[in-house]
Amino acid sequence: MTTTSVAPQSRIDLVRVAEMVEPRARVLDVGCGDGALLRLLAETREVDGRGMELSQRGVNDCVAKGLSVIQGDADTDLADYPDDAFDYVILSQTLQATRQPRVVMEHMLRIGRRAIVSFPNFGHWRIRAQIAFKGRMPVTENLSHSWYDTPNIHFCTIRDFVALTRQIDARIESSAALNSQGYPLQVSLPWWAWNLLGEQAVFLLRRKR
Amino acid sequence: MGGHNPNLTSGANEADAPHSFVLRLGADRPLPMDAGVTLAPLSIAYQTYGALNNTKTNAILVCHALTGDQHAANRNPVTGKNGWWETMVGPGKPIDTDRFFVICANVVGGCMGTTGPASTNPATGGVYGLDLPLVTIADMVRAQAMLVDHLGIDTLFCVAGGSMGGMQVLQWAAAYPERVYSALPIATSAKHSSQNIAFHEVGRQAIMADPDWRNGRYLAEGVNPAKGLAVARMAAHITYLSDSALQRRFGRKLQDRTARTFSFGADFQIESYLRHQGSIFVERFDPNSYLFMTRAMDYFDLAADYDGSLARAFKDSKTRFCVVSFTSDWLFPTSDSRALVHALNAGGASVSFVEIETDRGHDAFLLDVPDLIATTRGFIDAAARTRGIAPAPASSGL
Repeated sequence: MTTTSVAPQSRIDLVRVAEMVEPRARVLDVGCGDGALLRLLAETREVDGRGMELSQRGVNDCVAKGLSVIQGDADTDLADYPDDAFDYVILSQTLQATRQPRVVMEHMLRIGRRAIVSFPNFGHWRIRAQIAFKGRMPVTENLSHSWYDTPNIHFCTIRDFVALTRQIDARIESSAALNSQGYPLQVSLPWWAWNLLGEQAVFLLRRKR
Repeated sequence: MGGHNPNLTSGANEADAPHSFVLRLGADRPLPMDAGVTLAPLSIAYQTYGALNNTKTNAILVCHALTGDQHAANRNPVTGKNGWWETMVGPGKPIDTDRFFVICANVVGGCMGTTGPASTNPATGGVYGLDLPLVTIADMVRAQAMLVDHLGIDTLFCVAGGSMGGMQVLQWAAAYPERVYSALPIATSAKHSSQNIAFHEVGRQAIMADPDWRNGRYLAEGVNPAKGLAVARMAAHITYLSDSALQRRFGRKLQDRTARTFSFGADFQIESYLRHQGSIFVERFDPNSYLFMTRAMDYFDLAADYDGSLARAFKDSKTRFCVVSFTSDWLFPTSDSRALVHALNAGGASVSFVEIETDRGHDAFLLDVPDLIATTRGFIDAAARTRGIAPAPASSGL
């Protein structure tokens, strides 16, 4: 799912995600694609990493590289994991491609002590401008699919996401909005500015008791 | 192909005097069996490839399938053909004999030198026949553990196998989790399905319906229920292949003729092919052993030994698993592997799962399927790195 949702060169969120993970943690990467994040985590954080990926090609590539990855669908297969099996469950650039983002997030916070979610921000000014001025569904460099063939069926803005974290009783431990180069915007900016200027967002969540 | 080579031994001789190493365990080391009895003395015929390292951490146990044997990576003394897993085992292969010490043993109940129904029963001086207690997958694995003990190996780096071999892999991982560093079950299941039991029953009935079977006493009476065993093999062989592969290879093509003969001769190539498969099989396999092997698979239900919970069988397992299935395998379909993977995940085990796209059916695990080779190589190499096993000397081919 990750492999198709965003062009590969735009995976600017991986390094930010990796920075949020404590060394030697147990990590499940949902929608791990070709295993780029798992490898980054193994190399820089010495994590005990596992992956789940929808595309069989991605899974085969990962296993051939020596990663522990299973073929699976975030929407259906997370339910099979026991509670507290991991320190972190990561969903990078995949939330918008799930059928039930809220259920997926709830499972992540059940399976892992923490969850890290990165997603493209549909509130970015370029996207808003395309709808406002062209009257067309937005197509950008990072989100290059047309409306009729996109795997991304559940876009949200940063504010939408924050609202969802409240509904599912998740605490935001840290967060970052990234510009198109992958650099974080100033932390002191208000939410509305992140929501307007951030091309992507990364959230580190923890379940409230 | 099916022609008899005078330089080769017959299968019957192999049962008591195999062309391989044999571990002979006396009455002081009986094999406890699930049937509630013990088996002694016990012979275990096995082959090894490569060398055990000083720390004894590089041993890989390869488990054979229903009609396989210990000759995984050498010329088979009965058929004269290559070992059954030479695509996977050998110098520079994924299970690299330049790097690993590879063990493959004939299973209990087999007919290639490990105690089975064609072996001589020391209590009577005749062959066991049906006097051999029914053998289970757990019995086979318990005997393998005695062999591994004998070889001075505490922990196996990997246990690998397909089909019935995969069942042994799962049984190893469940029964001896601390002795299995990594496990590679291929095209297998944690329990035999109703459909698979049904196919096996057809094969057994074919053997037992042969008048020469003589209630299993054919060796003593100097006959051989070859017709029955051949039919059993023909029926089973269909289940190892996919519909599309049969269609592609044989279709409705006629055998050595241009028109139908309006008879029951082998008009179609597929008929001729199956008859050939049946006829070469009976030259190398003991009919009673076929009954025992199929029964062992039928009885396999790993979860049943753990209060019905497969996850409990693998609870807190430290073993690294790589489960492999094939898209066109309808005997052990991907859904079986997926159930296994779910249980491993629920048990908290480290698991990879690869479904390989191929039209070669269940038999794909024995064949040169590039994705299978690459998957195995990646899994074994990664596990060997974490286990600290030295790479193969640079001279070996990759």
